[in-house]
Amino acid sequence: MQDYLFYIFAAMTLICGALVIVNRNPVNSAMFLVLAIASMAGLFVLLHAFFLAAVQVLVYAGAVMVLFLFVIMLLNLKDEERRRIKKRGVVAGVFAVAVIGWSYYRSIQGADLPTIASADRLEGATIPLGKLLFTNYLLPFEILSVLLLVAMIGVILLSKKDLK
Amino acid sequence: MMASIQNLIADNHFVVFSALKVVVVIFLALLPMVAYAVLAERKISAYIQDRLGPNRVALPLISSIPIIGPFLTKLGFWQPMVDGVKSFLKEDFTPAHVRKVYFWLAPAITLIPAFLTVAVIPFGSTLGNEKMVIADLDVGILYTFGIVSLGVYGIVLAGYAANSKYPFLGGIRSSAQMISYEIAMGLSVIPVFLLVGNLNLSSVIGYQTGLLHILGATMPLPNWLAFKQPLAFLIFWVAAFAETNRLPFDLPESETELVGGYNTEYSSMKFALFFMGEYANMITSSAMMVTLFLGGWTLPFWGLDQPATSIPMGLAHIGIFIGKMLCFMVVFIWVRWMLPRFRYDHLMDLGWRRFIPLTLANILVTAFILWVKR
Repeated sequence: MQDYLFYIFAAMTLICGALVIVNRNPVNSAMFLVLAIASMAGLFVLLHAFFLAAVQVLVYAGAVMVLFLFVIMLLNLKDEERRRIKKRGVVAGVFAVAVIGWSYYRSIQGADLPTIASADRLEGATIPLGKLLFTNYLLPFEILSVLLLVAMIGVILLSKKDLK
Repeated sequence: MMASIQNLIADNHFVVFSALKVVVVIFLALLPMVAYAVLAERKISAYIQDRLGPNRVALPLISSIPIIGPFLTKLGFWQPMVDGVKSFLKEDFTPAHVRKVYFWLAPAITLIPAFLTVAVIPFGSTLGNEKMVIADLDVGILYTFGIVSLGVYGIVLAGYAANSKYPFLGGIRSSAQMISYEIAMGLSVIPVFLLVGNLNLSSVIGYQTGLLHILGATMPLPNWLAFKQPLAFLIFWVAAFAETNRLPFDLPESETELVGGYNTEYSSMKFALFFMGEYANMITSSAMMVTLFLGGWTLPFWGLDQPATSIPMGLAHIGIFIGKMLCFMVVFIWVRWMLPRFRYDHLMDLGWRRFIPLTLANILVTAFILWVKR
């Protein structure tokens, strides 16, 4: 049962992910991205990482993507639908995918993957996750939040019309 | 035959009872409640405006029973049934300029999240050996927020699918409004979980048993989080109005300026689904408020705050839960006919510049007090 669910969710994630970039209409793309995110949450549930699954849906599907849709709907979409694929874009895309794929491959190869028996360490993950974030991984966690803050300030600065 | 059924139930105990709970909660409790919430809305609004409201529908046989028959008719008891038939029989018109796929999907997407949220709410203690909650998740509250946040897609997509001005404006307004108030809502419950120390809704109820203690003195009040966190309760309540698009925050469908808002182009059953979605959302958010702030199925006397040991006690707990919920429902309806609509900039101002700082301050104060006390 769990195996079948894994294959269903994994296939959904990949198919929806592909449809995000194939679709010409940005609203369709955004909706498929929501589906891809939701099926990733399903994968988290299969790993017993309920907290991550809930947060994934809450933050990405529920908040970030709604904002995306909001912005997309306010834009004029006609140009986007007519745009041709450029050669340079394809080359850059293939290169980027190759680099990311290679680094994934290397890191998975180098890591010692937990066996199924140790998977239950993730169970009931809210409190252990919180403890880890505020002890072992405090510095990366704080750096990430500062990064988000920087992005936010950047956006405010860019959207201001008259810079002094 | 019976033996094989019993075997089946014994083997798949969890699945059978979960399915049973889903069917009972959704089809025998939630949907009739939605139908009668609509009736209550019409009746209460009628009384507030000094009218009588629906009082004509009569069934052939039952209405000829003396006293009860005419009373039910005057109450409008059969009205929801007739309303349902009406919305099914009306012409389901699809305008030529709409985006078909989204036009069909949007009403369903509005209704589904409201039903999914019910899954984690403990609507009673135990009945026999069964816990009265469909899924006792460890991350109950996060699950609810996650699902509730998906509800906005229905409205946004309805606005987009209609492909015309007013529905579109309604959809845009609603996405902005719901995102803003979701933040305030999410932040307002954090102090609750700082106190409880758990995200599971059953343990939130377990925390709220007994009487209230303030600085060592026992108060004649139940130990409900509404009294311990009045600010959080108030903000959550107001945000619930905004999340369900009810007056005074029904900007997405404000008929004076947007015709009907996101549902302008809809007719027949598709329109009815939006309508049902609104009431189902009211019911689930009432249930959330009862669970988080008013002690769920507990009452602080006669031992009603301990899990039930007998069937009548279990039923009493379910009754208490539904009673508390109905109080919230009545307030939802009452407020709609009492308060005027907010202006859009006031709405945003209230959400971002009042509620969010207040909730953040509330979190800090609560955390500080907990830190001092330990």
